[in-house]
Amino acid sequence: METTTRSSATRNGLGVGIAVGLSGVAFGAAAVTAGLSVAQACVLSLFAFTGASQFALVGVVAGGGNLVAGTAGAMLLGARNSLYGLRMAGVLDIRGWRRPLTAQGVIDETTAVALAQPDEESSRTAFLVTFVSLYLTWNATTLLGALGTSWVADPAVFGLDAVGPATFLAILWPRLTGSGPETRALRLIAGGGAAIALASTPFTPPGVPVLLASMAVLAVILRRPK
Amino acid sequence: MTLWWAIVATCAACYALKLAGLSAPRRILDHPGVQRFATLVPVALLAALIAVQTFGHGQALHLDWPRTAGMGAAVLALLLRAPFLVVLAVAAVVTAALRHLLS
Repeated sequence: METTTRSSATRNGLGVGIAVGLSGVAFGAAAVTAGLSVAQACVLSLFAFTGASQFALVGVVAGGGNLVAGTAGAMLLGARNSLYGLRMAGVLDIRGWRRPLTAQGVIDETTAVALAQPDEESSRTAFLVTFVSLYLTWNATTLLGALGTSWVADPAVFGLDAVGPATFLAILWPRLTGSGPETRALRLIAGGGAAIALASTPFTPPGVPVLLASMAVLAVILRRPK
Repeated sequence: MTLWWAIVATCAACYALKLAGLSAPRRILDHPGVQRFATLVPVALLAALIAVQTFGHGQALHLDWPRTAGMGAAVLALLLRAPFLVVLAVAAVVTAALRHLLS
């Protein structure tokens, strides 16, 4: 039983890590097209390692925008990883020298796959497997994409742009399909979050809509104390 | 600001933000309000990411038919209780196939 949930955690982690990691090709290609060097693209994937922020900075460079604004946008997008960190601190319970290493892995996909597991042991396994497989794949494909901008096919041709949102949907799904007041509250939060994000997209810089979505949680908490 | 400085600042800031959440003092983490917020916030952020990555294009909202259909197919797969990886594959294959047919 325990082995089953652990191996399913490993399988899901590898699946998400590799599938989402492949879109590093898109990042590498976008970065070099925008005017970054191959080394600059690789440094971002190695050390920033949070796709949305990386794309945000590169997007500003491509548009000839202000680099300070580009960096600020990347930071705003990265701020949600702090919120994930708050949640993951209890699950991972990591101290000492391993914490700075683990911190690099606190992103959308690792948090989502970890929290989808039934118990904390498989959550930790899922986090680690997703982190390592995604980190390796993302960095390898960033390099490939950056080196081969001219000959790498557009990842959209393979439908890889649908893998990200489909991953988040598959992870969110079980939390929204139950019954009871808690599930109703979660549905309200999910619906509210999506609506806030879409409504604010045209009026705010990229990255802000997703952060604003956390207001949906405040609304539900304040409405139903405890 | 040269490009390299922007890249170094982005890397440092993104890492610091990750570490900050993970290293928040126990006292803050144990507060019931913070716990409730931290438990629920991924739901709102994931829903927002799904919406923005499906319908957003920079600062514009944009209906990409193949991708939207791919997400619809993913919903169908989830309703049919398909395994996780099958859901991802269905979304990618339907999106790619429609894009190929429509182009």
